[in-house]
Amino acid sequence: MRAPIRVLIAKPGLDGHDVGAKVVCRALMEAGMEVVYTGLRQSPASIARAARDEGVEVLGLSILSGAHLPLCRRTAEELARAGGADLLWIVGGVIPPGDREALRALGVDAIFPTGSPLEAITEFIRARVEA
Amino acid sequence: MSTAKRGVPLVWESGLEIEPVYTPEHVAASGGLDAVGAPGEFPFTRGIHPLMYRRRPWTMRQYSGFGTAAETRERFAYLIGHGQTGLNVAFDLPTQCGLDSDDPLADGEVGRVGMAVDTLADVEEAFEGIDLNEISVSLTINGAALPIMAMYFAMARKRGYDLARLRGTAQNDILKEFIGRGTWIYPVEPSLRLVGDTIEFCARHAPRYSPVSVCGYHIRESGATPAQEMAYGLAIARAYLDHVLERGLDLDAFAGGLSFNFDIHGNLWEQVAKFRAGRRLWARILREEYGARDPRSMQMRMIAGGGGGGLTVQQPENNIVRGAYFALVSALSGTQTMALCSFDEAYTIPSEHAARLSLRTMQILMHETGLCDTVDPLGGSWFVETTTNVMEAKIAALLEDLRAQGGIVRAVSEGRVQAEVSRQAYARERRIAAGELKKVGVNCFVEQEEERAVELHPYREEQGRRQVERLERVRARRDGAALRAALEALRAAAAGGANVMPAALDAVEAYATVGDVCGVLKDVLGTYREPVRF
Repeated sequence: MRAPIRVLIAKPGLDGHDVGAKVVCRALMEAGMEVVYTGLRQSPASIARAARDEGVEVLGLSILSGAHLPLCRRTAEELARAGGADLLWIVGGVIPPGDREALRALGVDAIFPTGSPLEAITEFIRARVEA
Repeated sequence: MSTAKRGVPLVWESGLEIEPVYTPEHVAASGGLDAVGAPGEFPFTRGIHPLMYRRRPWTMRQYSGFGTAAETRERFAYLIGHGQTGLNVAFDLPTQCGLDSDDPLADGEVGRVGMAVDTLADVEEAFEGIDLNEISVSLTINGAALPIMAMYFAMARKRGYDLARLRGTAQNDILKEFIGRGTWIYPVEPSLRLVGDTIEFCARHAPRYSPVSVCGYHIRESGATPAQEMAYGLAIARAYLDHVLERGLDLDAFAGGLSFNFDIHGNLWEQVAKFRAGRRLWARILREEYGARDPRSMQMRMIAGGGGGGLTVQQPENNIVRGAYFALVSALSGTQTMALCSFDEAYTIPSEHAARLSLRTMQILMHETGLCDTVDPLGGSWFVETTTNVMEAKIAALLEDLRAQGGIVRAVSEGRVQAEVSRQAYARERRIAAGELKKVGVNCFVEQEEERAVELHPYREEQGRRQVERLERVRARRDGAALRAALEALRAAAAGGANVMPAALDAVEAYATVGDVCGVLKDVLGTYREPVRF
């Protein structure tokens, strides 16, 4: 049996809406994963560092402010710099359909907009990490 | 009634068990009708004014603001042109977090979720041409309330308004920001002190201005039940009262300046009971525990109508219908001011169309349905009076628990309230997933739909650049010596424990930026470190 999947859930930028991020943290833990949560107002650089230092396989960003494109652009750069480009990277929050292609082009593996079932997130992570 | 006849138990989110039929015996067993009283009289169960909407219907105050001051002013003019009677200003996240538009952390966020404000020049431009006596203005600002309130006062003074007569509201409820919403800047205790400074300043110089709107709203949105929402809100309001009383101010000189902001989503009757019970409990606390003499100090004035947590991303037009019910519940609950979430608000800054529809929803209710014909039309219902009594006891018990655990300030500092509401947010999510808590379009009556195209508010990266250029122009024409002196005076006041509001006013009049003022205060007071719990 493999060790539990380790996930970093992070809140980049100035957005203070953390209900969804915390709910996802609990759902992942209940699904048997180990979860590290950064808290609010993290910079892309500090998130990339935390992902490396915590040795996670999965990075989840929660963004409801509309600033997902600039924040993910910078996160992609910082991940590359910190050697985290091969992490499984998911993004949740208020992400309009029109922006999803641009996020995927930055390296985001899956997008879970507000209203996504929690099982969809846990199952996606499990399927991809254990594949 | 026997269990067999009652059928399956029905329990509200707040934990009240509901009977299928209510009778006078239920009212008597729950405490009777003695505490109901008349509208406009202690303990204000039926409303804080004798004639309520017969004399004056609620103020309509949609939350709005985006981009630059000039763009926001256009939206203000649009809403006022369509019959809105107050303004409720949204600020962008850098402003709310006390950062200037050219701060590296502001990159990509300038003007995005609200209006960008760096200096007094932006506030002057936003309200140009708006009669501040005619249109009351509410500022949704918390962590950075001090410089923004100072800018608003400075703008009003420059335009010839007398602060002693100026009306308006600031949200300025920092304790709830630590629980939900998250625009904190300084640690908990110094943040409380700054709220105290604004309350004290207003009591002395702007007595008609409401310096704080205590928000149960965001605590409910973060997962609290309606009873907890009210209990935490009242506990926070008491923390502000206690803090200011320690400064030696007379209670009746400032208690009336507190107002409240509550959530509306969920069970209709539960919300009605929450508001009637909360109003009564607040009046009792103020008179019996604090010894208030002025009835105004005992009155729970409030804004209600929003309830983002009740809206859904699925089938967005359903939110129009929900908004109408929310408006109805708010009016039946006796609110003074109403703001509805627009139907597209789960996705974007409301379009003009969506904002106008919210306004029309309230106007239809106010003018077509007879809702304003009589005061507290639900008063005297055996069901409503019983649940009001039981809800009051429930909220009082929660308040007592909080007190026994060392009070709300400690509970927030240690992250205990945050942990409790986030635990409940998760439980609620699970109940929705299991279909126990019905959400139309989410767990029943689901449509296999393409995501509906909602008109998205355009965000233009160049608007951030324009704001930064504007900031640079203002900086270039400031009197550097006057500015430095004002900021040094602010630092001295902060370090010496004096009220910082007068120095902040001088500083913003010298065109100090939001970041200048908050930077000095951070130097002296420190920066909050979040206890990360989930």
